[in-house]
Amino acid sequence: MFVRGLKYLIGLGFAFVLLLALFTGIAGYVKNPPVPLPQDEFHLPPKDVHFASDGPFGKFDNRQLQRGLQVYSEVCKACHSLNLVAFNDLKQIGYDDAEVKAFASQWQVPDINPDTGEASTRKGLPADHFPSPFANDVAARAANNNALPPDLSDIVKAREGGAAYVYSILTGYQNQPAALLQKFPTAKTPPNLHYNPYFASLNIAMPQMLHGGEVTYADGTPNTADQEAKDVAAFLVWTSQPDINRRHAAGIAVAVFLAFASILGFLAYHQLWDEAKRSVRLTGPLDPENQVKRKRASRKAGVKG
Amino acid sequence: MATEAESAEGSRSLSETGEGVRRRDFLYVAPVAFAGVGAVAAVAPLLWQMAPPADVQAQATTEIDISKVQTGQRIKALWRKQPIFVAHLTPKEIADANAVPVSSLRDPESLGQRTQAGHTQWLIVIGVCTHLGCIPLGTAEGENRGPYGGWACPCHGSMYDTAARIRQGPAPKNLVVPPYKFTSPTAVTIG
Amino acid sequence: MSFSWAKPYEPKHPVMRWLDDRLPLPRLVYGAIGGGYPVPRNLNYWWNFGVLAGLFLTIQIVTGITLAMWYYATTDGAFNSVEHIMRDVNAGWLIRYVHMNGASFFFLVTYIHIFRGLYYGSYKAPRELVWMLGLVIYLLMMATAFMGYVLPWGQMSYWGAQVITNFFSAIPVIGDPLRVWILGGYAPDQAALTRFFSLHYLLPFVIAGVVILHIWALHIPGSNNPTGVDVKDERDTLPFHPFYTAKDGWFAAAFLLFFAIVVFFAPNWLGNPDNYIPANNLSTPAEIVPEWYLLPFYAILRSFTADFILPAKLWGVIAMFSSILLLFFLPWLDKSPVRSGNYRPVFKRFFWILVVDVLVLGWVGGSPVKPLTVAVGQIAATYYFLHFLVILPLISKFETPLPLPNSISESVLHGEKQESAPARSGKPGVTTVAG
Repeated sequence: MFVRGLKYLIGLGFAFVLLLALFTGIAGYVKNPPVPLPQDEFHLPPKDVHFASDGPFGKFDNRQLQRGLQVYSEVCKACHSLNLVAFNDLKQIGYDDAEVKAFASQWQVPDINPDTGEASTRKGLPADHFPSPFANDVAARAANNNALPPDLSDIVKAREGGAAYVYSILTGYQNQPAALLQKFPTAKTPPNLHYNPYFASLNIAMPQMLHGGEVTYADGTPNTADQEAKDVAAFLVWTSQPDINRRHAAGIAVAVFLAFASILGFLAYHQLWDEAKRSVRLTGPLDPENQVKRKRASRKAGVKG
Repeated sequence: MATEAESAEGSRSLSETGEGVRRRDFLYVAPVAFAGVGAVAAVAPLLWQMAPPADVQAQATTEIDISKVQTGQRIKALWRKQPIFVAHLTPKEIADANAVPVSSLRDPESLGQRTQAGHTQWLIVIGVCTHLGCIPLGTAEGENRGPYGGWACPCHGSMYDTAARIRQGPAPKNLVVPPYKFTSPTAVTIG
Repeated sequence: MSFSWAKPYEPKHPVMRWLDDRLPLPRLVYGAIGGGYPVPRNLNYWWNFGVLAGLFLTIQIVTGITLAMWYYATTDGAFNSVEHIMRDVNAGWLIRYVHMNGASFFFLVTYIHIFRGLYYGSYKAPRELVWMLGLVIYLLMMATAFMGYVLPWGQMSYWGAQVITNFFSAIPVIGDPLRVWILGGYAPDQAALTRFFSLHYLLPFVIAGVVILHIWALHIPGSNNPTGVDVKDERDTLPFHPFYTAKDGWFAAAFLLFFAIVVFFAPNWLGNPDNYIPANNLSTPAEIVPEWYLLPFYAILRSFTADFILPAKLWGVIAMFSSILLLFFLPWLDKSPVRSGNYRPVFKRFFWILVVDVLVLGWVGGSPVKPLTVAVGQIAATYYFLHFLVILPLISKFETPLPLPNSISESVLHGEKQESAPARSGKPGVTTVAG
């Protein structure tokens, strides 16, 4: 008897503790309503922007990626590493062996002095990865007011909103709105940070880097801040996901194959089962004909059921 | 009350024609064939992934700067994680190598076959003994070069001559010459 | 085992006869999934998901073994080794995405399979052990998935490990020493990573073993069916091959199409972006959340916010484990002799409320901690415990079920709807089951 009642006890026990927590929570909410934060009201979702690689049929626009590489090499590389990408990988975006070799040799990568064994640098080779601008995190923070500029190799995968988020941050700098200061007088942007409503806490350590004119594109594309931001964001989509072209192409092939296989399989399954149903013929009382006869006979005899 | 039901499997109604049977068989064979192709297509990447990845393939070629290697000097370099001996042969070493009758060698090759035209004083070989894989001595200054002036393997006593050919000891073949080309008088690309 | 009319294995080819005399493996296969295993003829598509679960287990093992050829389980190398796989290893991106999403699909398929069991009473006698072995598989899956998620050593890997191993410290007295023993250190670090790799490689094979027991236990009484009525004679069944091999085959291809669309076109949709940031033990992410398939339990854990004799944290841990452990007792909590929800109108309604409840718990688990979501979670968690421990036992005591069909083949012939309607005069062959 006790064992049977135990389940009710346990169930009601959990329910009681939960409802206790619920009512305590409600009471706490009523007594101390939570304080609203500036980001609850002023944080913006990423802007609506499209890239060539978007969507199931998306493919990279190599020219745009090359422009983006130029923006990275001339603006971003001062603070941000790209250490998962090798110079050789640039062959995927339209450069040939000679161009890659020349590009790599413009970079200095860490090495050891072969005579003294001390740390030094050497010219980059195609097999090398993009070097980091700082020796380590401590040096990076020291140079950037204790902020750590993140590595950009995976940034598009590592942020909610992806490339649209990166583009929004780069183009989203503005003055802190008066409305915010009115509502939250203590929330003035600190001197070392910059107001950017697309950033989660509204104040980001990185200053605005793209104003327009930072790079001169060889193909004559206008170098507005918007264009530069789009190009570098597209480039960062590639650094995060160099497999997109292959993945989409393989995906279409696999999807078509499986669609065919499913349809053929379905038809075979139906054929098999329909045949089975056709060849099962019940005789005796369950035969529909006999059932009708039986019903008639029962009615005549005045018997129910 | 006994009722009869015919088993579904294997029964065919009399009204079916041969045409129907063929279409039906195709309908069963086709999805199984698709499944087979699909299985092979699924296994292929699993096997392909075992092959060397892009970064290892990128290190499949190495460039070596030979500008500092004096006549008579030898250096060790690295190619595909293996040691490479680069020897700047002296005229005496070349003469000694050419004096040996090729047919008397265990692995007959002339020095000319093991060097490239225009760069016959450069001998480039993989520094791995063809017996069981030790690294023969003779490259660094002061190392034992063996009785033939080339290289001497300390493990089982294989002796190589100035053209890195096997002359004595258990090794079956000469030290392997990798594919290389001179990109300039002072630089060689291996692989 | 099985039924008297099951076709016996009769090898025709001399090689097969030679093999059968020495090692009756083909006989075993024939009797388990071949022409020699009779299956109720009225199974619907909810019965396809067991096979799909087996398929995804296989996919996970095969892709996992190939990934292990490139992965290194070091705290400074793990993240980069996974990136190496994605960028440099031939088809590495494909194998990694298949493995990553395969885990999600394995859970999706398993959840549908479990809910099928809940609705159709597959956990009732004589299949109690099938049910309990299934729960063991589920627990092993959760452990495997948790450890697998730690391996890439991203932010979520590290902090997820931190949170989950902290559960153990809630246990009084032995809690913290237990946590330190599990981790091999005071926080997730090298020791934890290597041992999780070792166990993550091992457990799927343990799962495979339990799956064999699960199927073996099932094949003694044979499969349940949508009416819940036992198989009576040969007319009620069809041989597994070719009927259910065909049905399972085509549905598997279609389901793999769905899987392929996610793998090739939205491979990171189910994941968390924070795991593409290398682990940093000095920086906690804004929101620590597990993968979607653990969210309902995460919600239950976080719902306990008030102390009552025991600290709230301990209540949360106890409740989270209890929410799964109570399922072991389900065959004895719900003792209605009627299996299928099709014939239990009250049970059926509460079943669907449970489904909605679990989805709500999942949503709460993935949401940031705000007063509204916490309150909703507390209500949903309350319902969950009441459903299994109070509501189901009461229903099974007081419910009047609908009349059951006489047999499976009758229900197939006359249509399920007709069979389940109350007896009407003049309708032959149907008897009423007393409430």
